[in-house]
Amino acid sequence: MGDQVKISVNRANFFYGMQQALQDVTIRIRPCFVTALIGPSGCGKSTFLRALNRMNDLIPGTRLEGRVELDGEDVYSSSMDVIQLRRRVGMIFQRSNPFPMSIYENVAYGPRVNGLTKKRPELDIIVEKTLRSAALWDEVKDRLARSAMSLSGGQQQRLCIARALAVEPEVLLMDEPASALDPISTAKIEELIYELKRAYTIVIVTHNMQQAARVSDETGFFLNGRLVEFAETRKLFTAPAKRETEDYITGRFG
Amino acid sequence: MRKTIDRTFVALTLTATVIILTIIAIIVGNIVVHGTDTLSLEFLTAAPKDGMMAGGIFPAIYGTVLLVLLMSLVAVPFGVLVAIYFAEYARAESRLYRWTRMAVNNLAGVPSIVFGLFGLGFFIQTIGHGIDQILYPGYLVYGQPSVLWAAMTMAVLTLPVVIITVEETLRAVPREYREASLALGATRLQTVFRVILPQAWSGVMTGAILAISRGAGEVAPVLFTGAAYFLPELPTRANEQFMHLGYHIYAMSTQSPDVEATKPILYSTVLVLLVLTFLLNITAILIRNRMRRWATR
Repeated sequence: MGDQVKISVNRANFFYGMQQALQDVTIRIRPCFVTALIGPSGCGKSTFLRALNRMNDLIPGTRLEGRVELDGEDVYSSSMDVIQLRRRVGMIFQRSNPFPMSIYENVAYGPRVNGLTKKRPELDIIVEKTLRSAALWDEVKDRLARSAMSLSGGQQQRLCIARALAVEPEVLLMDEPASALDPISTAKIEELIYELKRAYTIVIVTHNMQQAARVSDETGFFLNGRLVEFAETRKLFTAPAKRETEDYITGRFG
Repeated sequence: MRKTIDRTFVALTLTATVIILTIIAIIVGNIVVHGTDTLSLEFLTAAPKDGMMAGGIFPAIYGTVLLVLLMSLVAVPFGVLVAIYFAEYARAESRLYRWTRMAVNNLAGVPSIVFGLFGLGFFIQTIGHGIDQILYPGYLVYGQPSVLWAAMTMAVLTLPVVIITVEETLRAVPREYREASLALGATRLQTVFRVILPQAWSGVMTGAILAISRGAGEVAPVLFTGAAYFLPELPTRANEQFMHLGYHIYAMSTQSPDVEATKPILYSTVLVLLVLTFLLNITAILIRNRMRRWATR
């Protein structure tokens, strides 16, 4: 599967009004890989991530030039069903954001709104399966009817991952999923990412370089809206090709 | 020196608070003291008689409650829809949004008598008359003042309150929930009705409470649109007139042949109006609290 591509971005430029946030970004994301995006705050890595499932569409006055493809299909073409796109490309946010509903209803929300199923026994199966995939089942199986707000921060984030998995996505976009969590919860999320990449293509934005080094197969380094370097993670961290990359990963700025 | 100014200011705020409390105490105290004597079960359940100098005020209580309920049935759903448009769909720079926004803000400042005249001209003479010409030619069915048109007029009056309250609650729902829902492949409609609105129920109820308080107390909008001076029979159809507590108070205090004789009844009627508004508010607050507990369960 050496040359397979899940998401291909070609010469993307992105604007918030007049302000350019991405410049000429070209990247190929491979299936069942974990791709990490690193860089200092405001470098455009989150903007880039949100361009992949068109979440930036929600912000008025934004514009993307260039081409983003999912399995060869133009994500920004007028014939693309954005609702369907977002079901295929799931997203985990920096701050865990479970709905103020029960744990069960949080996971069942996606299958319900997407019309996957409305039958209770089928939903039960999906809820158990995805909570298991998110390594949360054993902790919550006795209190599925309790509010999701009663969970700890780390549990909430894993619930959000389960919720995203429940609509059977192909890609998971993670926007600093562990930045608000303690080290133990972070380790659990990282283990989970490692497990999930068997079945899903994962793109993770992180400002934690150790995390990128630990979980990812390939890493891209963003700076001032440009993709400075994109390489195999081990290579990027041990023998970066660009001077800026080396400065950043050795902590000389950022 | 600065300390003195500071203390003086505290004293000033305190004085102002006490003055307000005193005024309210005088008003409420006066009404309670003078109003309780004539208050009886008969007063609450009977119709007025002897030129409104004796008997009860049941038709007015019934009419006011009916008016407020009908008004809420129109104002709340309609206001929620507009608030959803404002908070969830409208773009700040769109012309439709700016104009409707301006209209709503201005509507809130229009004197209530103007709403009364609007109701007469629009609901009764235009819509009601139109219905009559099409469905009941030659008869007067909807082209006359009635509890239906009075409720509609009152709904227009209370609409801005509902819209603004609900809109604020919708805007207070964190953006994260919208993003989470949309990122799962939900449509905007699903997001609004399954995630956003359930969290805004307390705002919807607050809007309803404010609308009810206003609707129960206003008289001017129902003067031309449906309130009857004297009508001992209860309205049984939407196109019949009704008695209204506020209007009844006005009628008794200005139109009575013997003002001194009606005074005790007048006081009691005012007391009933106060208590009724209070009870309607409490009911709405209880429903809101129950919904809140249910939503955060």
